Amino acid sequence: MGHLTIRASPVRMKSRRNPCAAVTYGAESAEYATLVLEPPDRPCASAARLRLVIQLEGVTKHYPRSNRPSVEDVNVFIDKGEFVFFIGPTGAGKSTMIKLLLREEVPDKGKITVGDTDVTRLRRWKVPAYRRSIGCVFQDFRLLPNRTAAENVAFALEVIGKPRSVARRVVPEVLELVGLGGKEHRYPHELSGGEQQRVAVARAFVNRPLLLLADEPTGNLDPDTSIEIMRLLDRISRTGTTILMVTHDSNIVNQMRRRVIEIENGQIVRDQARGVYG
Amino acid sequence: MRAKYVMSEVFLGLWRNISMTIAMIITMAVSLSMLGAGLMLYNQVDVIEEFYQTNLEVVVYLERNIDQPTTDQIEAALKASDLVANYQYEDKEKALERFQETFKESPDLVKAVEADVLPSAFRVKMNDIADAPKLIKEFEGMTGVYQVTNQREILQQVFDILGGAQRLTLIVALVQGVAALMLVANTIQVAAYSRRREVAIMKLVGAPNWFVQAPFVLEAVFAAVIGSIFAFGTLIAAKFLVIDGQFADLFKLMPPITMQAILVLLPILVGVSAVISAITAWITLRFNIKV
Ligand SMILES: Nc1ncnc2c1ncn2[C@@H]1O[C@H](COP(=O)(O)OP(=O)(O)O)[C@@H](O)[C@H]1O
Ligand SMILES: [Mg+2]
Repeated sequence: MGHLTIRASPVRMKSRRNPCAAVTYGAESAEYATLVLEPPDRPCASAARLRLVIQLEGVTKHYPRSNRPSVEDVNVFIDKGEFVFFIGPTGAGKSTMIKLLLREEVPDKGKITVGDTDVTRLRRWKVPAYRRSIGCVFQDFRLLPNRTAAENVAFALEVIGKPRSVARRVVPEVLELVGLGGKEHRYPHELSGGEQQRVAVARAFVNRPLLLLADEPTGNLDPDTSIEIMRLLDRISRTGTTILMVTHDSNIVNQMRRRVIEIENGQIVRDQARGVYG
Repeated sequence: MRAKYVMSEVFLGLWRNISMTIAMIITMAVSLSMLGAGLMLYNQVDVIEEFYQTNLEVVVYLERNIDQPTTDQIEAALKASDLVANYQYEDKEKALERFQETFKESPDLVKAVEADVLPSAFRVKMNDIADAPKLIKEFEGMTGVYQVTNQREILQQVFDILGGAQRLTLIVALVQGVAALMLVANTIQVAAYSRRREVAIMKLVGAPNWFVQAPFVLEAVFAAVIGSIFAFGTLIAAKFLVIDGQFADLFKLMPPITMQAILVLLPILVGVSAVISAITAWITLRFNIKV
């Protein structure tokens, strides 16, 4: 299986470098067949630890019409380039954490910092600019049904005012990266679930976000397809993009052996580097 | 590029919800033509007032059997009064001519009246017509004076009618305006619902708020502009068919409503309706599409 290099794109907003890229690449391709994805080497991980990307300090979220807090006094620190799984039973508060990070919800207490942005004190009109630094993938793909794969990806560039010439150059590149070369002009209903999710990943990644949030991205996919999506996310992670993924899939968690944060009743009950589903 | 996307979304939105779009345009057109009519009447009252300001007279009617010395006395009093700008004596023959001119539509009445029946009079132009009551008080008791009338009081009735009509049009404009704005709010809600996928994705990838809101706000503005153009057409038709046509005689009594007075209404109607619709749409969006 050949490697796709992810080139620095002209659309990237801030220049980011992954100190691990040169070291880690190359060796793991043979292991993809069984999806034993080695976590980055130790020295590399510490090199990446130079900068915190996510800081949650004492974050509490209590929905108005709920009898208990959905997220309660959560403290999480995530470094640049880390790949983190959020696991836990249904209703534990995982999606709420994603919404808090996306600034779809505002916490009642505590402080959230993403990159250099204090999300809790972000002014309303600055939210769109903030969201451009985050990519997002969901269980239900969220594609526009009346647009082709390429148009769906281009839409993300279009609505933030990128010139068409940028889309023309970048969209085929990123679709190639997610393994959809040749299917650019298919509509979502002409693609399989896995392929639709690849389009969604391409859309989330096309702006080279600092952070990629994925809320059960493999929830609607069969095991084989899930593994393919995980490979894709792993590859993106290795470009230095921080990835935070909510999942129920113990197989994936156990094989990837990345940091695992387990949540129950809105609280963190386990935070383990190279963790397993448990 | 983005402008093209926004415009195609606007027309798609209006077309997808065509019955609501039509209802919105009709109520807006009714409301705006009433508003236009109200503004026209408002303007007309001013025009009439100005027109008569210089033409209004106080008429001092004399006793029928008055003698020359008494007439001279009254004339001297008018000459002495500093409220009076100038005056004109009108004898019985002149009064008859005027009467015949005024009532030429009723030949029987004209035939029945002889010069002897009509009183002679002084027609007085005032320095300021507002002082008419003072003059009336001064002359009413005087020997040889039969009656003093103030034309302004007659005109007041015309003003009252115009004022009433104006109030009525403005009330209809307001009620229809409220209905139109409710339709705008409803249309925006329906549009926001049918475009919820696009909106959710746009917000997710960080499209600026104005860009997310633009297609909705422009839908409302578009309907407002079409509505005002219809209202403007209605007002022009009203001028030709009603004012210059059916009721031309009625409007002879006052200066005509000029084409110019109607033309200035177009930018006013377009501006007012576009701004208010846009604000309504924007407020509706604040509740329907949260950041
Ligand atoms: N909008 C909301 N209003 C009220 N309660 C909510 C809302 N969203 C989620 N909840 C509640 O918050 C808790 C956590 O939900 P969620 O974060 O979606 O859980 P998870 O994604 O871990 O399954 C649940 O008890 C859920 O009922
Ligand atoms: Mg969830």
